[in-house]
Amino acid sequence: MIPLSWFLIFAALLFCVGLYGALARRNAIAILMAIELMLNAVNINLVAFWRYLGPEAVSGQAFALVVFAVAASEAAVGLALMISIYRRRHTVAVEEIDMMKW
Amino acid sequence: MTILQIIFLLTAFLTLLAALRVVTSPSMVHAALWLILALAGVAVVFILLNATFLAVVQVAVYIDAIAIMIIIVVMLTRGAVRGQGHTVSKTWWAAALSALVMLTGLLVMLLQAPVRGALPPTLPLDQEAFLERLGQALVDVNQYILPFEVASVLLVAAMVGAIIVAWPLFVRRGEEER
Amino acid sequence: MDSFWIDPFSFIGSQLAAWLTGLGLAENWVSLILQLVGALALGTAVLMLTFLLIWAERKIVARIQDRLGPNRVGPYGIFQTVADLLKLVTKELITPEGADLLPYNLAPLLAVMSVVGLWAVIPMAPTLLGADIHVGVLYIVSVGSIGTLGILLAGLSSNNKYALLGAFRTVALMISYAVPMALALLVPVLLAGSMSMQEIVLAQKGLPFLLLAPVAALIFFVSSIAEVGRAPFDLLEAESEIVAGFHIEYSGLKFGMFFVAEFLHAFTISALTAVLFMGGWRGPWAEQYTALGFLYFLVKTSLVYFVVIWIRGSFPRIRIDQMNALNWKLITPVALAGLVVTAVAEKVALELGAPRLLTHLAGNALLIFAAAAGLGAYARAARRRSELLAKASKAEAPAG
Repeated sequence: MIPLSWFLIFAALLFCVGLYGALARRNAIAILMAIELMLNAVNINLVAFWRYLGPEAVSGQAFALVVFAVAASEAAVGLALMISIYRRRHTVAVEEIDMMKW
Repeated sequence: MTILQIIFLLTAFLTLLAALRVVTSPSMVHAALWLILALAGVAVVFILLNATFLAVVQVAVYIDAIAIMIIIVVMLTRGAVRGQGHTVSKTWWAAALSALVMLTGLLVMLLQAPVRGALPPTLPLDQEAFLERLGQALVDVNQYILPFEVASVLLVAAMVGAIIVAWPLFVRRGEEER
Repeated sequence: MDSFWIDPFSFIGSQLAAWLTGLGLAENWVSLILQLVGALALGTAVLMLTFLLIWAERKIVARIQDRLGPNRVGPYGIFQTVADLLKLVTKELITPEGADLLPYNLAPLLAVMSVVGLWAVIPMAPTLLGADIHVGVLYIVSVGSIGTLGILLAGLSSNNKYALLGAFRTVALMISYAVPMALALLVPVLLAGSMSMQEIVLAQKGLPFLLLAPVAALIFFVSSIAEVGRAPFDLLEAESEIVAGFHIEYSGLKFGMFFVAEFLHAFTISALTAVLFMGGWRGPWAEQYTALGFLYFLVKTSLVYFVVIWIRGSFPRIRIDQMNALNWKLITPVALAGLVVTAVAEKVALELGAPRLLTHLAGNALLIFAAAAGLGAYARAARRRSELLAKASKAEAPAG
């Protein structure tokens, strides 16, 4: 049987890889991909805890479903924004999209 | 080592490798492909956790919708960063440092004594009855109907917003916008 | 030997399991090996079936077009596909310059994978089923869309404008038609009360769902044909249109894989229609003699496949904007309304004790009537608009 800690370590590692990607990449779409990795890590955590500590409750899976919906809508809006930015400024590097910086 | 443990270790290793390639790959299309592999690995982990419904939803939502959207947008914005070399910003060491700090904090917190060696209790219900209860909980007035409805409103708002934001620019006479 | 004739599939399975256990393996490993052998057998059988499917299609389309079709290679041309495949295998694999190698080589694999993976959940007999997962219908939706990903990768890695354009159009089409397909798939789930494919077949005792939900069956059938990319929806890969679309840069066996995937996908959706709406392996004495169940399944699937080929030979090609308009303006609203109508009719039949068949048929008739009325109003408005435009341009012409 797989101990719970294995799943938790795996989820933590995945989250931190996503965090590094979100903070260090220049391309806005790459940042979005790293955010998707982080959301997946969160989902794994939720489902692992559901399975090991309370498999008769539905709350774990219900939460995970809501996270799926939120991730999908956030990806859609984010990608639409990137297309719009690319059309106007012909770049998706986040360093060059700095019109609102002081 | 049981078969399940071997399968889990293989899947975890593959997923983490794919995630690393996502954040370090210079070509965006390759990064998107590695992302698809990472998402598929997460789906396998869901199956190992006996959450088969979530595994299939993961494939349907992430790989069949989000990943395709990402690849299409990568194609549409391809001319931008092509000749510009480095893929990470100048302060990548700060990002790596903060990721490591986060990792240490998470591990210390998650591996506290009570849950560390927990073995999975046997599933009390069979999967179909559980799925039925999940569906009913999502529309039950005393349970999760509010997050369910808010999520659907969020999806509609995101759909409408994405269409409006990505609407093509006004095409002036004699001038073509991409 | 008696149990072999009654239930050949379980008999073979148990004999194999007994032999493996006799070799001294632990039970985990025995079941793992059995599952691997089963998966291998299913994948191979399904891919071998493609030979027959391609031959049947060419003969039937030929007869519809008043000619003979392949009749030289073997009796009735039955080995023509073998010859074609040998030709494809021996062709040179040309990789275009500047092509992105990883997605270029991955795309045909994904296309075939998605189609063969669908066969894992199709119940072919009471005891012949790959995996009886309780979310079978959702599995079909998700695995079926992996093929879309393969096509997108094929188009964008080919370093070719036409391939890219064809791939974008194909993906837009497939994603659009996946919506009514998924909605129409929910109707048998509603009627059977479960997402498991075997449960849906078992729930069609006495009444195939084709009678209970004809509109949903038609919508599923039509949107599946669009998903596969067959005529009349084959704008995207017809050679006279966009120069063969997304697989223009593929040669040899890689093209062969796309080719096989398309024909197999057509057969797979015929199998799905037969299972979900026509009762699958149901028939007289099917529960006792499972081989008979398998035979009924094959007969029903072949019938639906014949209709698919018939449609291919009869209809003209539809333009891309007509396809999109058809989907979003007609099929998706009707699919949504059909889902609501089915749920309401089911509840009415349950609470009021009305006969189930008549309630559902009445609901569907109402739906067809409403859809026809809507279509008529739309057509009248469009005609009026075009008449106004023609009058306006005629008024301008003498002045200009």
